[in-house]
Amino acid sequence: MSTGIVSWGVYLPYWRLQRSGIGAALGTASGKGTRSVASFDEDTTTLGVEAARRALAALDGPVPEDLFFSTPAPAYLDKTNAAVIHSALDLPVSSGAYDLIGSVRSGAAALRSASALGGDRRTIAVLSDLRTGLAGGAEERDSGDGAVAFVFGDGDRVVAELVGHAGATAEFLDRWRAPGDIDSRVWEERFGEAVYLPLVEGAWAEALKGAGALAADVDHVAVAGLHARAVQASRRALGTRPESALADRSATIGNLGAAQPGLLLADALEQAKPGALIALVVVADGADVFLWRTTSELPAARAGREAAGLAPVADLAAGGRDDLPYARFLTWRGELQRDPPRRPDPERPGAPATWRSTPWKGAFKASACRACGFRHLPPARVCLRCRSVDDMDHIRLADVGGRVATFTVDRLAFSLSPPVVGVVVDFDGGGRYRCEMTDVDPEAIVIGTRVTMTFRRLFTAEGVHNYFWKARPAGESPTGDEMGEHDS
Amino acid sequence: MSSNGIRDKVAIVGMGCTRFGERWDKGVDDLLIDAATDTIASAGVSFDDLDAYWLGTLGSGNSGLTLSKPLKIDYKPVSRLENFCATGSEAFRNACYAVASGAYDLVMAIGVEKLKDSGFSGLTGTRPVTDGTDAALTAPAAFSFLAPAYADKYGVDAETMKQVMSRIAWKNHANGAVNPRAQFRKEVSMETIMNSPLIAGQLGIFDCSGVSDGSAAAIICRAEDAHRYTDSPLFVKALSFVAGPGGGPIDPSYDYTTFLEVVRSAEDAYRQAGIDDPRSSLAMAEVHDCFTPTELVLMEDLGFSERGVGWKDVLAGTFDRDGELPVNPDGGLKSFGHPIGASGLRMLFECWLQLRGEAPAERQIASVTAGRKLGLTHNLGGAPGECVSFVSIVGPEPSD
Repeated sequence: MSTGIVSWGVYLPYWRLQRSGIGAALGTASGKGTRSVASFDEDTTTLGVEAARRALAALDGPVPEDLFFSTPAPAYLDKTNAAVIHSALDLPVSSGAYDLIGSVRSGAAALRSASALGGDRRTIAVLSDLRTGLAGGAEERDSGDGAVAFVFGDGDRVVAELVGHAGATAEFLDRWRAPGDIDSRVWEERFGEAVYLPLVEGAWAEALKGAGALAADVDHVAVAGLHARAVQASRRALGTRPESALADRSATIGNLGAAQPGLLLADALEQAKPGALIALVVVADGADVFLWRTTSELPAARAGREAAGLAPVADLAAGGRDDLPYARFLTWRGELQRDPPRRPDPERPGAPATWRSTPWKGAFKASACRACGFRHLPPARVCLRCRSVDDMDHIRLADVGGRVATFTVDRLAFSLSPPVVGVVVDFDGGGRYRCEMTDVDPEAIVIGTRVTMTFRRLFTAEGVHNYFWKARPAGESPTGDEMGEHDS
Repeated sequence: MSSNGIRDKVAIVGMGCTRFGERWDKGVDDLLIDAATDTIASAGVSFDDLDAYWLGTLGSGNSGLTLSKPLKIDYKPVSRLENFCATGSEAFRNACYAVASGAYDLVMAIGVEKLKDSGFSGLTGTRPVTDGTDAALTAPAAFSFLAPAYADKYGVDAETMKQVMSRIAWKNHANGAVNPRAQFRKEVSMETIMNSPLIAGQLGIFDCSGVSDGSAAAIICRAEDAHRYTDSPLFVKALSFVAGPGGGPIDPSYDYTTFLEVVRSAEDAYRQAGIDDPRSSLAMAEVHDCFTPTELVLMEDLGFSERGVGWKDVLAGTFDRDGELPVNPDGGLKSFGHPIGASGLRMLFECWLQLRGEAPAERQIASVTAGRKLGLTHNLGGAPGECVSFVSIVGPEPSD
């Protein structure tokens, strides 16, 4: 039975920063195009949740039993960030959740781990990155934020099989960053290029040999890495057909760092024909070469994704809102300290209260009265409508759409990015909840605006990240508008 | 199920109220002592004559010690109550019941709040440890849902709605301007109100009540004893308090144009007092104008206006100090600010002055001189769709 990739999901945040805006603010030349920017309420964990939701949205069958989360920019140390994703995805308690964090190469590690273990038990790899850098630098300008997830399994849902892999490792100073620093440092780039090239060439030859393929057989080739010069040189050295090179999306979204290999692989899966050979080369502290052969299931998977409202990478990279002021970007990244409102700081959530409400806080499960059907958000034990006690089903509304019943713009509430938009959401099929709305222009909301839920970081207090759900405008989302047709 | 009420069983025989405002010069202890000493002087009694105390405060102190220590109360019962913005009224209600039960002869209800010492804008408070999922909307944001919902339901255009809200703020500021106890003692022009910076939704800064410090108190005895203390007591006609199931924020059928809790408590109070038509029966009402759309909706929930026409009555001046039914003749929360524990008793204090003809001539309401005798006070605490509501009715004459 074949094993391999059964699904994928890509999440790019709503915001784009115009590179010209950096230059305008700092009085320097800063290039053209945009980069993707995680909003003030996003981090690598929430980006990862959104990517994983998209990977699971168009997939039926068993849920993943192991989750590998990779990022060089973890929200927590010591504590497992993958467990937050596990809870937001409502994975069973028996599913494992593991972090691969710290290095850019951890993205390749997650792919390799999930791929190796995926089979009759499904696994999911989540690659997430939020790239920072000092103001005006290349790291800030050329990188981007986003996450990609892949589900591995077996059976007739496999869309691509891993037919070859080879790796090479070398210890040398290419790029490095001390924990807690926002800026990475890099050695003179010609040195890195010289070290990388033979490592890539060696792994490439070995992977092709293992797969019994020639470079000319490769239909789509993607080279991911933050060392731009080594990536370019590697691509030239591979000897693949010119038309096999994937389009570069970095002009609009930047380089996603540890998530970049995932973005390129997803992009390839969205373009490849059945039976195509996809090569993914990851250039980071050595090289990883993955060779994937697509199956006849690929077109059906793509159709399923479209039906679920999931946009391809090409559309995501071309979308987004590109009027984010540079000063606000700097504020979100903590580089510009703004005068806070004269309001008390938020209090950290309590561990026992949070643990008790995991199905609500993590999985966004309402309680629905078995006697009368009334849905309670947050879950209640006593029914508001019929007063039945402890006769509730818990149903997940995270992936159910809704409409704005009413809304307000709160200019007094604490926020890293005021004003807070408060909305009352009526969910399709029942249930009302009042929450924050994000990724929205307050002027564009009207009563009736379609929304979907998104997993966000509400605030951080005493080092505790308070994760919960917010509403955002429906559009590209795992919910789509399918449910909306049932809305009266 | 019953709510029997204690109509005319107890009476207020003395009241006191501090000046409300940014009382940098007074601590919680000072405010309590000032209100309490004024109140016993008003009733012509001494602290030794009092049998028990009910203290209302949201966050200016815990336990009866908050009152007993500054007043040096000699080993007497002091209950400390909290019920959101109805806290002061709740102290009064429970004190009345204790007297009606016969447990005590003479008691004091007192409320206090010291908000300005926090150093923050708006209300703050300590909350129990939570799971962090509550939407962190402020009070103005929660109440701002009312304005667009009301305007939409009754076809009031945005400009007119702004006029209506501003008219309420203008009226209450005009009333407060002539009240020496108010926090804000200036009239504010409609133009200033309408152009004030937005705080939340359509609410500008002048649509929000102020934040202040203050204290107020009342002395209560059985009705038959009232004339021992004063020639002009106020008899308690009705006391109603309800807490709702908090369904509004989770019930799609709730439309943000009413406070169901207020409707229920008003019906209960009118029944207790034997009132059929509040608009023609009441001389005045002190209502919880925390935000201007709140007062608008209250005019309908309390039965002063038909559904959907409260905004017309507001514009017609029905609730002005010289109107048919003066609402918030003292200036309301708008002019007094809202020291939570004190507000309910401050409202009663205005009834105390107006219904007994003790308000200064320049602000004595005409409805009383025209023969109307009953006053209503109202508080709500919480937010639209999930609140507690209190309604009292008092009057200077016992029923037949």
